[in-house]
Amino acid sequence: MERDPRVCVLGEDVGHYGGSYKVTKGLAEKFGDLRVLDTPIAENSFTGMAVGAAMTGLRPIVEGMNMGFLLLAYNQISNNCGMLHYTSGGQFTIPVVIRGPGGVGRQLGAEHSQRLESYFQSVPGLQMVACSTPYNAKGLMKAAIRSENPVILCEHVLLYNLKERIPDEEYVCCLERAELVRPGKDVTILTYSRMRHHVLQAAKSLINKGYDPEIIDIISLKPFDLHTIGNSIKKTHKVLIVEECMRTGGIGASLRASIMDNFWDYLDAPIMCLSSQDVPTPYAGTLEEATVVQPPQIVKAIKQLCG
Amino acid sequence: MNDFMGRKVSYSSQMCFIPEESTNSVPCYRLLSTHGDLLDPSSINELDKELCIEMYRKMVTLQVMDTIFYDAQRQGRISFYVTTIGEEAINIGSAAALNATDVVFSQYREPGVLMWRGFTLQQFANQCYGNEYDLGKGRQMPVHYGSNELNYLTVSSPIATQVPQAVGAAYGLKMDKKDACAVTYFGDGGTSEGDFHAGMNFAAVLGAPVLFICRNNGWAISTPTSEQFRSDGVAIKGQAYGVRSIRVDGNDALAVYFAVKNARKMAVEEFRPILIEALTYRVGHHSTSDDSSKYRSVDEIEYWRTRRDPVARLRMFLQSNRWWDDENEDLLRQDLRTQMMSVLHNAESKKKPGLSNLFEDVYDVIPQNLKEQEQETQAIVGKYPKDYPSDVPLD
Repeated sequence: MERDPRVCVLGEDVGHYGGSYKVTKGLAEKFGDLRVLDTPIAENSFTGMAVGAAMTGLRPIVEGMNMGFLLLAYNQISNNCGMLHYTSGGQFTIPVVIRGPGGVGRQLGAEHSQRLESYFQSVPGLQMVACSTPYNAKGLMKAAIRSENPVILCEHVLLYNLKERIPDEEYVCCLERAELVRPGKDVTILTYSRMRHHVLQAAKSLINKGYDPEIIDIISLKPFDLHTIGNSIKKTHKVLIVEECMRTGGIGASLRASIMDNFWDYLDAPIMCLSSQDVPTPYAGTLEEATVVQPPQIVKAIKQLCG
Repeated sequence: MNDFMGRKVSYSSQMCFIPEESTNSVPCYRLLSTHGDLLDPSSINELDKELCIEMYRKMVTLQVMDTIFYDAQRQGRISFYVTTIGEEAINIGSAAALNATDVVFSQYREPGVLMWRGFTLQQFANQCYGNEYDLGKGRQMPVHYGSNELNYLTVSSPIATQVPQAVGAAYGLKMDKKDACAVTYFGDGGTSEGDFHAGMNFAAVLGAPVLFICRNNGWAISTPTSEQFRSDGVAIKGQAYGVRSIRVDGNDALAVYFAVKNARKMAVEEFRPILIEALTYRVGHHSTSDDSSKYRSVDEIEYWRTRRDPVARLRMFLQSNRWWDDENEDLLRQDLRTQMMSVLHNAESKKKPGLSNLFEDVYDVIPQNLKEQEQETQAIVGKYPKDYPSDVPLD
């Protein structure tokens, strides 16, 4: 926002309240009420506004208080945001960033525990990334703001408290590149967002048992970084996908299809995929925990895959 | 304190419900009688003769263009068309009152605004034919015009999505303190969409310099306004949002012109949205996919087409002031028809955009997966050319 006066933020309670997860804390004081705009409760309204503002020269960042609420803005996101650059013959660009917390939290209830990345994945014209660490959150946010394309930045409700030492100076992560978290040779584990941390936890146990997993945080959900993913599969010949999406129509489903299309010859085993079940997330804590892939499941899957 | 969250409340022990209907309907502003006579003859001094003539010429152009394009669709020369018959005064009257830098977010029945700004008949035809000169590169259906140069955002079919977008543009203009406003058009049906409510409310809260122009033409495809809302039309909704509003005779080009001119001044100088409800009638069918005689009487259509034509009304005004005559009329219409025929022929003879246009502009730079899909598509079309249209170049 300092670098470019056209960058602005719109959303519910983003101003003086600082955002429901304090992501925009302090910005209204610094940049004013107009550039950090508190909106009435109308997701399709402020998303539509962001589209119109972007087409006429601004670079807005829309905050969905919870990604699930952006379902109300789906019309604007799909029918306009993703389309207008194309249907206008390239005359109008829509450099918006649509971001917000999603994923399963701690007893937030079904409506506040959605994984919208699977719903948006199909929309042509959108780009989508998921951040998972303080380092990549900063880098991806900057890259998304600077991109000329509309970018959906998926954050996770339970990752806001992560602490990490990151460089003070400017850096930008590549929106289309996956992150090689841990090199290995036995198996390729593909994951993103909070599940990266569950995979890392499982990895500790796996390494102790003598396995050597290659862990890749895919980061870019649309398009997939098939270059990085492919290189890994060519090395390990086995794939496990760990996601928080539902089994049906999730990121994992789409990723499996892409891997089959491109790297079938390199696979020694069917692709395994651990996902959440196709149920609304229950409120009860014990039930909720059972709907999210846990580290022991990941360990068991690797044992099954690798023998 | 008689204060509640910033508003003064006046308490009363008399139980009083606000009636659902006011005793007086919102008054409708008009300057010309239905026969083209100035209701206030002295106001002739405020009128610019050249401007009035130019407005009339453009209204006739719009009418002729619509007639010819509609027929072209019926003959199978273009795939689809939407006419603006009966709403020429709203289109041209409002366009003439705006500045070239005001940003327009239309629904799809406002090509006259683009026409006023300089979009040529050839450009309209190119878009309808989706040929290689179409600014949209053949990607949208006919009448979905857009021109960055003329500050007219590309038409998107979903109803009322343009309303909050216009508020967003106005937000940008307010931040930059530009001497310009955003303008959005929509029909009576559009006011039922959530986006209308959202846009109006937000514009008021924000103090956004935006004009909301509603073409209340009586019909939303087959839904008459009596089934669209129960309020006294649309202008009355303004106050509910804290938006200043006016109802105007949409078939009176002069009234539309002055109402929009004044509204624009208020929007830009006072940073406020204004709602304008222009009453009119949709003489044509909803589109070429509609036959409105199925749900409304042919007599009703004919009445509005012949007795309440906004183009004829302005003509009567011009002629009674000797600013226009029959000879001007014949010359203009003849010239337009000739132009249109040549424009259609021209558009028809041009090549269609090449196959690569299918994959470009989805993103700023074509990504790998789309490059692969493009190669696959080119290979298939190249291998089985007889199964694909012959007039689409492979490149």
